Amino acid sequence: MIAQDISVVLPELVLAIYAMAALMWGVFMGQDKQSDFILHLTAGLLILVGFWIGFSGEGTQTAFGESFVNDGFARFSKVMILWGSAVMLLLSREYLIRNHLMKFEFPVLVTLATLGMMMMVSAGDLMALYMGLELQSLSLYVVAAFRRDSLRSTEAGLKYFVLGALSSGLLLYGASLVYGYAGTTLFSGIASVVDAEGISLGLLFGLVFLCTGMAFKVSAAPFHMWTPDVYEGSPTPVTLFFATAPKVAAAGMFARVLFDGFGNAVADWQQILIFLSVLSMFLGSIAAIGQSNIKRLMAYSSIAHMGFALMGLAAGTEQGVQALLIYLAIYVTMNVGVFAFILNMEHDGRPVTDINALGMYSTSEPARALALAVLMFSLAGIPPLVGFFGKFYVLKAAVDAGLVWFAVAGVIASVIGAFYYLRIIYLMYFGTASDVLNGRMPLLHYTMLMASALIMVVGIVNLLGIEGLAAQAAATLVN
Amino acid sequence: MTDIILFAPLVGALICGFGHRFIGEKAAMWTATGLLFLACALSWIVFLFGDYHHHAVSHAVLRWIESGTLSSEWGIRLDTLTAIMLIVVTSVSALVHLYSFGYMDHDPQWKEGESYKPRFFAYLSFFTFAMLMLVTSDNLLQMFFGWEGVGVASYLLIGFYYRKPSANAAAMKAFIVNRVGDFGFLLGIFATYMLVDSIRFDDIFAAAPALAEESFHFLSWEVPAVETIAVLLFIGAMGKSAQLFLHTWLPDAMEGPTPVSALIHAATMVTAGVFLVCRMSPVMEYAPGALMFVTVIGASTAFFAATIGLVQNDIKRVIAYSTCSQLGYMFAAAGVGVYQAAMFHLFTHAFFKAMLFLGAGSVIHAMHHEQDMRNYGGLRSKIPYTFWAMMLGTLAITGVGIPLTHIGFAGFLSKDAIIESAFAAHSGVGTYAFTLLVLAAAMTSFYSWRLMFLTFYGKPRGDAHTHEHAHESPMVMVVPLGILALGAIFAGMIWYEDFFGHHAKEFFGASVFMHPDNHVMHDAHEVSKLVKVSPFLAMLVGLALAYWFYIVNPSIPGRIAKTNHGLYQFLLNKWYFDELYDAVFVRPAKALGRFLWKRGDGSVIDGGINGLAMGVVPFFTRLVGRAQSGYIFHYAFAMILGVVVIVTWFAVSGGAQ
Repeated sequence: MIAQDISVVLPELVLAIYAMAALMWGVFMGQDKQSDFILHLTAGLLILVGFWIGFSGEGTQTAFGESFVNDGFARFSKVMILWGSAVMLLLSREYLIRNHLMKFEFPVLVTLATLGMMMMVSAGDLMALYMGLELQSLSLYVVAAFRRDSLRSTEAGLKYFVLGALSSGLLLYGASLVYGYAGTTLFSGIASVVDAEGISLGLLFGLVFLCTGMAFKVSAAPFHMWTPDVYEGSPTPVTLFFATAPKVAAAGMFARVLFDGFGNAVADWQQILIFLSVLSMFLGSIAAIGQSNIKRLMAYSSIAHMGFALMGLAAGTEQGVQALLIYLAIYVTMNVGVFAFILNMEHDGRPVTDINALGMYSTSEPARALALAVLMFSLAGIPPLVGFFGKFYVLKAAVDAGLVWFAVAGVIASVIGAFYYLRIIYLMYFGTASDVLNGRMPLLHYTMLMASALIMVVGIVNLLGIEGLAAQAAATLVN
Repeated sequence: MTDIILFAPLVGALICGFGHRFIGEKAAMWTATGLLFLACALSWIVFLFGDYHHHAVSHAVLRWIESGTLSSEWGIRLDTLTAIMLIVVTSVSALVHLYSFGYMDHDPQWKEGESYKPRFFAYLSFFTFAMLMLVTSDNLLQMFFGWEGVGVASYLLIGFYYRKPSANAAAMKAFIVNRVGDFGFLLGIFATYMLVDSIRFDDIFAAAPALAEESFHFLSWEVPAVETIAVLLFIGAMGKSAQLFLHTWLPDAMEGPTPVSALIHAATMVTAGVFLVCRMSPVMEYAPGALMFVTVIGASTAFFAATIGLVQNDIKRVIAYSTCSQLGYMFAAAGVGVYQAAMFHLFTHAFFKAMLFLGAGSVIHAMHHEQDMRNYGGLRSKIPYTFWAMMLGTLAITGVGIPLTHIGFAGFLSKDAIIESAFAAHSGVGTYAFTLLVLAAAMTSFYSWRLMFLTFYGKPRGDAHTHEHAHESPMVMVVPLGILALGAIFAGMIWYEDFFGHHAKEFFGASVFMHPDNHVMHDAHEVSKLVKVSPFLAMLVGLALAYWFYIVNPSIPGRIAKTNHGLYQFLLNKWYFDELYDAVFVRPAKALGRFLWKRGDGSVIDGGINGLAMGVVPFFTRLVGRAQSGYIFHYAFAMILGVVVIVTWFAVSGGAQ
């Protein structure tokens, strides 16, 4: 039995052992001289494990008494998480060196966070879920405050930590309520209780608290308050990290709990999710208008985008989960491109975050400006770019689930949100030039920016096959 | 071969329009012209030697629209009607292309060095393609496509002098007035599809007899289906062919360059309506009511336009009204069931009217873009070739020939055929048409000779300097005139037997359907001699009056205008149609548009959106911004508040239960 269990969790095990080994290696081999090597090694390993999981076959296996599930949904999410983390690591190198932050703990922490995320999307039990969640969160608290000498960075880490602890408390409270009323922490057990007896008020309250805890992780309004401050204060690569892999993990975990544990109470949690989703979409869109700091702007942007992603989940259908996965994949791709650009926003060697610095950027760097413009159009969801299709799928899922007014609200929110994306394009092409960005751009970053923009254009052909994969993944979760 | 005829102009248009930057202006223009001459040569080969008389030869070029039971191929249908139109369109178009080399050279509308000629040639070629599309179509939708295509080309070419506000206004007017007709055409297509479940000609024609039995329920009326379709299609034809009530755009269309007037507004596009009626003859024949309507409108237009032509002073406007009037003749012929006569007149008219327009263009060219005939006079010796061309054209249009024989200029044979047919119909509307057409023939003669006398005879009037510098046009302009002159002289005599004589049945074959009870064409040959000479006599009267008014005693017109001031103003102002339409349609439409623009769009929509975007949204933005205080307890408070709201909600509502 144990051998079989281990073979199911082998990729996670490999990462765990690697993380510890790398830590030891770094400590014994003269600290930071090895960090560049470890960073690349880690990125390579994450990519490889991504391939491994992606091509490791089909079917659903469980381990450790069903507390760990490896199914198509988990694999799809994990590939996104692993590759997202790897790309982040590669992109962070330049920044870390420039700011004298190249310490070997960074890739190790990222590995541990990634491991936590993989646990989150694979959890089949509330305890396993909490374990993954905390592993991820604790690593993220540290990387948020990774720039120890910066007041803002430490402030960001601390805020995240305190509020994260609060949300963990809410989640744990919900978990204990669920355990109390269902008599088990296994999702399958909870599901059978709900199936047999219907959802009792105690379970319902447990569900509400669980949802609030997880909503904090996806930074859905009104549990989003940490997001702008943490995004702004954290080192930029960490911001990129926050905006990509953990979002996928949290949304995956959300879907996992709701469908595996409460699959027969769709009508109940649908209400919570609609509330979270509508509030996030509108708050993200409206609040971002007032921002001129591009990192805060992207924070609100990610709040709004998570609102859309939750719309797919709120539909409560297989189609909705598919839409959620497609949306996340597209969202991650777009953010990688945008942050590859933001990482290099500099004026005379000083980092710049004010969007007014983009004034007339198109004249000095036409290619980059065009790529960013494409990404902004895509983020705004303007057809025919890929970003539009992400929105299209979630809206369609909502409409097909009979939630037409919900979809209409989403469209209105996206119209409001289009403003600040278009304003960036406006500044680049029609604004006034002042303190023009003049930082150079490393080849890797440039490639990422261009590739991301190119995918937004070319991907419209068949979304690069994501659609079918997401459909398969969704089918394993919802049945 | 028909494929080459159809697509050569398109290729020419594309090369000329988009390629002139690469291959040079001259090369581009010659490419377009050369391709048209190729199409023209092939058309004549098809017309003379093609085997299409017994049944239509059609083939599909590509599948076009498939939707439910609606299937429309992009096909080419070749029968006698198409073959006639092919030579008319390609011949006139090729000659007009050639002529334009001279006419469009050094146009004063453009500054030195500006490139406008390739654009003009591209438009001409594009027009030709659309027109060929129209005449070769084998279903109504494709025909409508060509129909709109020529509409667009016409719009572009009327407004070619886009720096002139009047040209732009005329272009818009042409487009909008045509839209009224097109609406009828579209409704006709819809109605056909609804009843026949197909828009292919073969299916429609096969279903026509059955269609005659059916009827529509519209509101509380019950209307016969076939009559409705026929009338709706004819309304489309009225728009395109500038028939009474929808004619107002044609005179204004003279704002376009003269070659355009010759090609589009005389020889080809405006005859599309006649072609449509003839093409739909299998349907028309079952709709006697609609045919009466066609006859009345046609004859009335012939008369009405001729009266206006009597007093116009702009040389091109005279010819424009003449065109309008001649189109009326064609419709009158189709209306009494003699489609062959209509096509015959269409055919001959294309030659002499194109020539008259090109001749007028030559005069205008010679007179430095002066168009008012009151400033002409005595130009005969200055521009002799043009004079002779115009003379031949005038002889053709007024119908000069030897009465009771088949020898005469083109117009003599075709116009007489129409007038005899109208008489032979032996019906109320037939007699009405006959009367008006004979009167119109007299007026045609009068205004045509008036044009000749004012322009080429008498003493030079107007600016002496212009007259001194009047010069004959270059050969590229004179040669097309010569070729068209041949047509104006011989086209009638050569093809009389085929179109209207003993061979008509074999010549037209199945392309024109005549109801078994329709003997009008046969009877037309048997009418009394008095009827046969009546148009000739009318022509003589017109000629004599014109001679007396403008050569013998030039003071008479002025005096008559004074004594009959009301009538003169009435005619000079074109029966006040423009003023009437302005008051009834244009002003209310403008007022409504202004209301919707200022109040509806400006105040309500813009106001609402702007208020939302600049008032409400920023308010919330500020609100959210203030909530984002940076204090951790505020954030925790927001989270707890969120939890409280959701929990309360569930506690009160009990979830989904």
